[in-house]
Amino acid sequence: MKRLRFAERLVQVGFVAAVLLAWQIATTRGHLSPLFLPPLVSVYRDFVSLLASGKFWPDLRTTLYELALGFVIAAVAGTVIGYAVSRSGYSVKIFDPLFAGLYAIPAILLFPLYVLFFGIGPGSKIAMGATIAFFPVVLSTIAGLSYVNRSYVTAARSMGASPPQMFWSVMLPAALPVLLTGLRMGLILAFLSILGTETISSFSGLGHRIVELGENLDTSNMFAYILFVIAIALLLNAGLSFAEARWKEPPA
Amino acid sequence: MTCAEIHPAALRVVIIAATLLVWEFAARRFGDPLFISPPSRVAAALFGLAHQREILAAVGLTCWELIVAFVFSVVIGLAVGLIVGLSRFTRGSLYPVILLFYAVPQATILPLFVLAFGIGPASKIAFGVSHGIFPVILTVVAGARNIEPVLITTARSMGANRRQILTSVIFPHMVPSFFTGLRLGMTAVLFGVLLAELYVSQSGVGHFTTEFTQTFQPQNLFALIAVLAAIAVTLNELCRWAESRFTRWHA
Repeated sequence: MKRLRFAERLVQVGFVAAVLLAWQIATTRGHLSPLFLPPLVSVYRDFVSLLASGKFWPDLRTTLYELALGFVIAAVAGTVIGYAVSRSGYSVKIFDPLFAGLYAIPAILLFPLYVLFFGIGPGSKIAMGATIAFFPVVLSTIAGLSYVNRSYVTAARSMGASPPQMFWSVMLPAALPVLLTGLRMGLILAFLSILGTETISSFSGLGHRIVELGENLDTSNMFAYILFVIAIALLLNAGLSFAEARWKEPPA
Repeated sequence: MTCAEIHPAALRVVIIAATLLVWEFAARRFGDPLFISPPSRVAAALFGLAHQREILAAVGLTCWELIVAFVFSVVIGLAVGLIVGLSRFTRGSLYPVILLFYAVPQATILPLFVLAFGIGPASKIAFGVSHGIFPVILTVVAGARNIEPVLITTARSMGANRRQILTSVIFPHMVPSFFTGLRLGMTAVLFGVLLAELYVSQSGVGHFTTEFTQTFQPQNLFALIAVLAAIAVTLNELCRWAESRFTRWHA
């Protein structure tokens, strides 16, 4: 078993090493234009200088600002509306399919409208992130709150729980795992769509910077920024997993 | 309690109709015609667009890209998923590598797709495939992993050889999760292809959305988006139908 784990690691490391080696050889020995794929070494150099110089801050700030605002709007609207809908089984029957149906429309299609309404600046990206994150949040809030085990509710009520007690001590803890999954999905979708819409049309932000470097054929720097965004995405993912693992622990 | 007598679906229709009515009146009364159009004018614009050959061609091309990207995603995703999922060794070694690739936000490398494949359909198809293969791979691997060992042991004890186990036990068992993968893959392909379409503003649908935005023709913009949304919902529903059709037998 232990030897198997070692062999698996070997294949993983070997695979990544082979890709990097092929990249370096193709760009230095091959006939690949550096405008298309820059040498690995120069990407690394640009990446290090990008981190050292801190010139990523303005773009990172814009993107994170858009993400934070869009996500907060979606999280608040999604949980409040989801809570309101989940209050009665009848309204769940009305609204749950409605939200699920709207969710089937790719929200990215609304982006041209948002550009028209909110302009090419951060406003349209915030609206896009909020729209795309709203649906997983609202759907998981409805799902989480309306499928709480009835016997918990009956037990709490027979022990004389007041409505606020019922919400904070019974409904919310029971629904939390599903709710957190929805929030996590919403945050990731918002991040991806904000990067995507910055790529489509924008003045600032990480997505915009990458396109701009690409259009100026500064591909080495562009790859450095792509690496930077990937690192941010991995950090975001790791942070979410950590938060989820902590929050999902049943209160002892 | 009187409202409980109305069927939820009927009330849903009423809510949608009411929303459209409010939109109609609000847009006519308060809306700036340069930015927002009432639904009636959007519907009228729909017929106008239907007579413009370039727009029909752009929408048709987008449909074509969506379908081709979906087919590629399914074929490649299934192949990779089977290779990774069917043996414990490849699963242990290659699955983390695939998750690593999945964690890359593809939107950031969209310019690379355009550099490599040009502004035509090829770059949009490739970008759509880059989104679509991951859900297919992940669900195929998950389907191959979740087979109860007792089923395989039983088949083996009844004298099935490896091939028979594969075709009679493992593949049928993977069908439900495969169709879930198709549905998730379609959602991802829609995101990828439409994002790339909107990004490339020199041609295709992105050209018209940019033009309608810049020349303040909201009725045409709304109509074009409504058409694309209808196409997307149809494709999504087809996948959802296939999923429920082929997973029904599975408990």
